[in-house]
Amino acid sequence: MLFTRGGLKKIMLAMGLLAAFQLTPPAQAQEWSQIEQKARGQTVYWNAWGGDEAINAYIRWVGERVAEDYGVTVEHVKLADTADAVRKVVAEKSAGRNDGGSVDLIWINGENFKAMKDQALLHGPITDTLPNYALIDTKANPAVELDFTIPTEGLESPWGQAKLVFIYDSAVLQDPPKTMIALQAYALAHPGRVTYPAPPQFLGTTFLKQALYEVVETPDALLQPAGDNFESVTAPLWAYLDKIHPALWREGRDYPDGDDALIRLLDEGAVDFALSFHPGRASSAITQGLLPDTARTFVLDGGTIGNTHYVAVPYNAAHKEGAMVLANFLLSPEAQAQKQDPDIWGDMTVLTMDKLAPEGRALFDALPRGIATLSPAKLGPTLPEPHPSWMTQIENKWLERYGS
Amino acid sequence: MAVDVIPSKAGARAGRQGLGIRCAPPLTLLIFLGPVAAGLIGTLLPAFGYLPALGGDQLSLDPWRALARYPGVETAALRSLMTGLIATGLSVALVLYFIAAFHGTAWFQWARTVLAPLLSIPHAAMAMGLAFLLAPSGWIVRLISPWATGFDRPPDLALAPDPYGWSLVLALVIKEVPFLFLMTMGALGQVPAQKSMQIAQSLGYDRATGWLKTVLPQLYGQIRLPIFAVLAFSVSVVDVALILTVTPSPTLGVLILRWANDPDLSQNFVAAAGACIQCLLVLLAIAIWVMGERFISWLGLAWIRKGNRRAPHGVKQLTLTGMSLAAGLGIAGLMGLVIWSFAKRWRFPDSLPSVWSLDNWGRGFARVAEPLATTLWVGLAAAGVALILVILCLEAEQRTGRRPTHRALWLLYLPLIVPQIAFLFGAQILMVVVGIDGHWAGLIWAHLLFVLPYIFLSLSDPYRALDSRYARTAACLGASPWRVFRQVKMPMLLRPILIAFAVGFAVSVGEYLPTVFAGAGRLTTLTTEAVALAGGGDRRLIGTLVVLQSILPLILFAIAAAAPFLIRRAAFTGKKRL
Amino acid sequence: MTVPEGLTLNQVSLSIGGNSLFAPLSLYVPPGQVTTIMGASGSGKSTLLSAICGTLDPAFTLKGAIGLKGRDITGLPPHTRRAGILFQDDLLFPHLSVADNLAFGLPVGLDRRERQDRIRAALVDAGLEDFGARNPATLSGGQRARIACLRALLADPDALLLDEPFSKLDSQLRDRFRQFVFDHASAQKLPVLLVTHDPEDAEKAKGTTIHLTL
Repeated sequence: MLFTRGGLKKIMLAMGLLAAFQLTPPAQAQEWSQIEQKARGQTVYWNAWGGDEAINAYIRWVGERVAEDYGVTVEHVKLADTADAVRKVVAEKSAGRNDGGSVDLIWINGENFKAMKDQALLHGPITDTLPNYALIDTKANPAVELDFTIPTEGLESPWGQAKLVFIYDSAVLQDPPKTMIALQAYALAHPGRVTYPAPPQFLGTTFLKQALYEVVETPDALLQPAGDNFESVTAPLWAYLDKIHPALWREGRDYPDGDDALIRLLDEGAVDFALSFHPGRASSAITQGLLPDTARTFVLDGGTIGNTHYVAVPYNAAHKEGAMVLANFLLSPEAQAQKQDPDIWGDMTVLTMDKLAPEGRALFDALPRGIATLSPAKLGPTLPEPHPSWMTQIENKWLERYGS
Repeated sequence: MAVDVIPSKAGARAGRQGLGIRCAPPLTLLIFLGPVAAGLIGTLLPAFGYLPALGGDQLSLDPWRALARYPGVETAALRSLMTGLIATGLSVALVLYFIAAFHGTAWFQWARTVLAPLLSIPHAAMAMGLAFLLAPSGWIVRLISPWATGFDRPPDLALAPDPYGWSLVLALVIKEVPFLFLMTMGALGQVPAQKSMQIAQSLGYDRATGWLKTVLPQLYGQIRLPIFAVLAFSVSVVDVALILTVTPSPTLGVLILRWANDPDLSQNFVAAAGACIQCLLVLLAIAIWVMGERFISWLGLAWIRKGNRRAPHGVKQLTLTGMSLAAGLGIAGLMGLVIWSFAKRWRFPDSLPSVWSLDNWGRGFARVAEPLATTLWVGLAAAGVALILVILCLEAEQRTGRRPTHRALWLLYLPLIVPQIAFLFGAQILMVVVGIDGHWAGLIWAHLLFVLPYIFLSLSDPYRALDSRYARTAACLGASPWRVFRQVKMPMLLRPILIAFAVGFAVSVGEYLPTVFAGAGRLTTLTTEAVALAGGGDRRLIGTLVVLQSILPLILFAIAAAAPFLIRRAAFTGKKRL
Repeated sequence: MTVPEGLTLNQVSLSIGGNSLFAPLSLYVPPGQVTTIMGASGSGKSTLLSAICGTLDPAFTLKGAIGLKGRDITGLPPHTRRAGILFQDDLLFPHLSVADNLAFGLPVGLDRRERQDRIRAALVDAGLEDFGARNPATLSGGQRARIACLRALLADPDALLLDEPFSKLDSQLRDRFRQFVFDHASAQKLPVLLVTHDPEDAEKAKGTTIHLTL
């Protein structure tokens, strides 16, 4: 026998170190290889919204790949609402379970992230540990480190980007309205054909933000926390909504639940526009038989709101290493390209193409673009999310004015 | 169940034979009611601001203030109360008058055949069927469009879900009528209905009048608890309300769930306060009902004294129409979803799919495989455990001669009367402490709470009705109590036992809130998946989920009906050698 | 002192809620003989039989002692008392075939061959040789009654208790079945306690008759 068992292990470790050496500083590499070792054999409970079968299927694929390459088993804990996972971590903290927690990784952003960050319920910073995080040029794309204007501080790892798009049926409508004001005019001319989900549903909140950006006099104020200026800044929004509401679907007495519901209403012909945060959504809905193949996507002239979604590890996660390996795999060109494939999910990548090796870039170049998906150039500028303090107040005021 | 028992002096001697089995009733109560009480406390404390994990470490009234400030909370509470009372009132009136006017007729047999299977269909499935049937883009509008209505787009009307709660009332009536019908049928056996009717009819009263004046007063006491359970359920129902109320006009239960799920964790306090209000709302509903009972019995007495022999004209036809409508809408809605499960494209205003496909059952089946498996295992396990506990309790009751009093029966109904959300909220924290949240054990236990009462109600009568002389004969033939239990009672009670098991399984399949709270998102069933999609999800997927949801209990009932027959046939033909 | 081979009741009384059903009763039924107990409905005749075979409803209180074949069986569980009982109804187990009903009565510990032989012999005895695999529901009332009796006897009891077992049969059948039961009991030398309304039963029993009174 040439090597003892221990000797072989040392040599393999050294080879692994050597290979990693060329890419990253040794301390991080060593740490990462230890994480990978610890992760092997772990089962990661990934709490992720489970309402979209295309996404669920993608997550299943991720699970298979991570099991193959890293020996990590992924259990997709399908949430109806991400807040469920937050509540669980809170419940565990209140029960004194500070380790061995049942949530290992959460698909998260916005208010849920803010809630967990504020209560110190997150493990990390983690992003500097993830080797693939280097594939994001955070200088060129600072938005990935600002989650609804809240600095992520490395506590969550970017996974994908969303951008508000509008969907219409080109067989019904030739020239869709390209501004929120034009949409208001369309609604008044065609009562009952326009609607949006009720806040605090995020797509509904985004619709309000989109209108806010267009009608507000000083858009820059929205990036700072709301203060005494709330009434004066938002007054044009309420004027806009007061005018459009009587002309909404069901005269504004009912609202769809989200983009699935909007797509169903569009397909039935009950409304003329659907909203989605996924630029590829119209194409995938056509493939799934949920929309006619005449459905198309458009964006507004001044740009639409976009944001980043992330994964984060709770402070008490039982399988932190497995969760980190999973988070790192999610940032690999392979996983990101697969995710951006419109036939699979169609979610925009967070990676910076310039940072990728040619093979990695080729994966993205080879992606088909569905017939109803806009090219990156036509997707237009991305507007940043306003500071959350605006939306909390706007949601409350909306509920008071139009809620019941 | 025998906590509160009629004392008996000779019990000790007889009980010596089954020392172990005497622990069954207290053990069952412990498993069953202990966590309910703990859960209620776990809800009550946060309602007064105490939940250290969220920074609430002293008692305060802030959650109540926040609750009172929330826009629309009073209307939501009023909506819960009114829909619950109206739905219960309609169901009770429909069932009682139908039985009064039609018992012993062919219509009655028809109702029995149709309603029994409807009982096993989960509430959520029925509500979703109704939602598809009555929606502006639903089946009924499709069937008459565009040729009769001129609609080539769905009309912009809020039909179902609607802002007033009518579709919610309708769905509750469709679901509660079979339950009350079968409960009343069971209770009828315990009063001398036949004799009372003979006397009344010989005195010249027509069928309905005679029944209402002579049988109903004797019967009502027996069905009062089930009616309260229906009332409490209707006032606090969440899944049906999620499906059939519109977002801006929710019921209180829906609001509580919304707060409990709010990303802003401080809303948990408001949710807890809301859950307490929900409890009070149920008590208020019961109080109103009891006042209504008094009023009606006062009116009824006057009616009896007047001596009218004939029921008012037309009420009979109205009842028959109501019953047929309830059953018809329920079945038609389910049929619509069955069709959806075989559809690829079914656009408005097509009456039937333009492209059919088996994809939902073939390639797309992966989408439902996991919740299907969970539903199946949890249902079988919860019904199995509950069945064992119930049989042990009933056996203990027979061996010790202790029978639960009326008050003990109230305890059994407790999980059916206390609003689920009120103790599930607190029980969730308890489960985290024990470490069974999101695990099978927690989920099975949560289902057990609701499965056990129904199994007990289903099995106790046949168990007690079994001629005790069979067991005595067997004992005198030298069979030990265990052998009597195994070889005499179990085989003779096989059919009611299997039916009770199927009832328990059906209850488990339909549970929504217990799965949401105990499954913690990790374990989802057909019902939670379907409700999650109800708002606007893919109707083909909803159809597949609902078909599975409805068919699983039916399969079990079919097995329960067929198995004893097959086993018995084997017993008489398989031993030719003798 | 000789051990009494029959059934002994010593100052037996039954009460419910403090009310006695009948005055304390003492009697001895020798093996092979029939003692008849008569009394009005509700006088506690059937309850007395339950007390002897050990299946007394716990609501009742039993005082006194019961002896069978020299054993004090008062506190024993029913399946160890070896007191067989026949009721008004035959109570054949509906889920078991005729032969399995008979097999239910056989003591455990016999080998398979022995069991089969005894069952076949009982079937022959009842005149139902080919009926072993039948569902008991397909038998006539008289046939069922005979099987019930043989089932009780196959258990090899030390006494036979009869709770009006003849009252539901029509008169012709009743005579024959009564004779059948008495013949078998006397052949096995069993003490028999018969509870009945029918003076004819008492007459045919040829033994002591006791009237239960308070």
